[in-house]
Amino acid sequence: MRHIYTYTLLILALFFLASCSSSSTSSTAHGNAPANLDFSTTRLSEAGHYRVSYTSELNPIAINQLHTWTLHIETVEGTPVENAVIQVYGDMPEHRHGMPTAPKVTQYLGDGNYRVEGMRFQMGGWWEVVFEIEADGETDRVAFNLMLR
Amino acid sequence: MRLGVARSERLFLLAVSGVMALLLGVSAVVFLTDSPTWSPDEVALLRSLSLDALEPLPPDPSNRVADNPDAIALGERLFFDVRFSANGAVSCASCHMPERYFTDGRPFGVGVGVIPLNTMTLIGAAYSPWFTWDGKADSQWAQALLPLENAVEHGGNRTLYAHLIAEYYVAEYEALFGPLPDLSHLPRNAGPVDDPVAAAAWEAMTPEEQDAINRIFANMGKALAAFQRTLLPQPARFDRYVASLNDDGRSSQPGILSEEEIAGLRLFIGKGQCINCHNGPRFTNDAFHNTGVPAAPGYPVHRGRIDGVARVQSDLFNCLGPYSDAAPEECTALRFVVTEGDTLPGGMKTPTLRNVAETAPYMHTGQFATLADVIEHYNAGGGLALFGHNELHQPLNLTATEAKQLEAFLHTLTEEPMPPEEP
Repeated sequence: MRHIYTYTLLILALFFLASCSSSSTSSTAHGNAPANLDFSTTRLSEAGHYRVSYTSELNPIAINQLHTWTLHIETVEGTPVENAVIQVYGDMPEHRHGMPTAPKVTQYLGDGNYRVEGMRFQMGGWWEVVFEIEADGETDRVAFNLMLR
Repeated sequence: MRLGVARSERLFLLAVSGVMALLLGVSAVVFLTDSPTWSPDEVALLRSLSLDALEPLPPDPSNRVADNPDAIALGERLFFDVRFSANGAVSCASCHMPERYFTDGRPFGVGVGVIPLNTMTLIGAAYSPWFTWDGKADSQWAQALLPLENAVEHGGNRTLYAHLIAEYYVAEYEALFGPLPDLSHLPRNAGPVDDPVAAAAWEAMTPEEQDAINRIFANMGKALAAFQRTLLPQPARFDRYVASLNDDGRSSQPGILSEEEIAGLRLFIGKGQCINCHNGPRFTNDAFHNTGVPAAPGYPVHRGRIDGVARVQSDLFNCLGPYSDAAPEECTALRFVVTEGDTLPGGMKTPTLRNVAETAPYMHTGQFATLADVIEHYNAGGGLALFGHNELHQPLNLTATEAKQLEAFLHTLTEEPMPPEEP
């Protein structure tokens, strides 16, 4: 007999929850990136040679603004990587285009830090920014995920 | 199964049903009348489109008179002066008509001849790193020089313009740029233009003479640019609506936008994917895209950005050239220009959507007469690119009602005060 009370109370509770969560949550144009993307700003390079991190002078990163990043490269043991030759490009995996600029590493700042000028994103959504790093005869690659508004 | 249910239980069930019905009714009313129009993410996105988010106009280091009031005044007079043309009848305002938001309402511009490109608005253009549909200029002053010596636009040439400056604007010019050189010995018509006589006369001039004329020509462009930098977007009904939005996603002044326009705005930032390229307070990302727009019938296919890049890199009047006032490191557009890749062939600059309802026809050669035509193009996923490839993915699947809602929203981007009158 008691289970009737329990049962109806449970239905009431669920009903309450459902009616409370009816806020508007419609998606915007860029919301189809895969779940569980790693957005961390420090990542191990793909072949495991380097630990790479970036900081942006524009924080949070906004679209349509030319800005500069600083890239830090160190070995997995924590030794700064100097004299790296670095290529940079960005890509929107959901669209058929990359960045509106061709960013360049323009200066070695010491202590494994590199100045990356010419960063600009023209669209909100999921971006991949890829650095191809060549140092001491080793070539490796690291890709950072960004979700821009 | 039990046949008899105790009366107390029946009463309880009745009460529960009543409460549930009441809750259902209340939540329906709440949903219909008081649920927020926008989520917090959407409010942030809408605010990013508002003029309130527009940054101050960045300086143009390549133009040292860019914000000089005397240069603005000189530039404004030059802008409307029909003497600066081959036939004495064409000024910048012939195509960039102030009363039409600095466009002309025609598929093609009409100067001395017919220009097989649609006239872009100048309002807010100064914010862009690139100018013209394919970005063949990297500053507004370098852009201003292109139509002046194009055979079908103003149709004139560099020495003609230098002589006209000496004849009609010498005081204003010299106050800004220093003494004019003696031009009396130079031909009336000479310049690196299509006209073979003027071109031969230009070739016959010494490099020093050419340099002196180039400098006057560049300075004219800098004054014209100074004036154009004052043509800034003005608030539209859309901006008033966004300003009325509270953080909770509700408008504090209902009625600024109609339900249809709000539905169109939701499509603009969502299903329609318009915001991908038409983003920021000017509704443009200033980038180059190929969406498979058809060519104008009877005209060759424009090659777009791939030609624009080549032109701007070799332009004598670019930011890195001898007539620029910028230090090389300040020429960021050129330093980081994209010179290869799939996005260049057929790429055209995203135009602003501010005042778009008043600036028909659309696309780089005015291929589409109405906003409905443009929406239909995108709804189909763009067209088959005649050069390069269409970067759009797939049809948008907007219904006829949704297409109308989107169009209704675009009408809310028209600035509310009337456009400036011709002086």
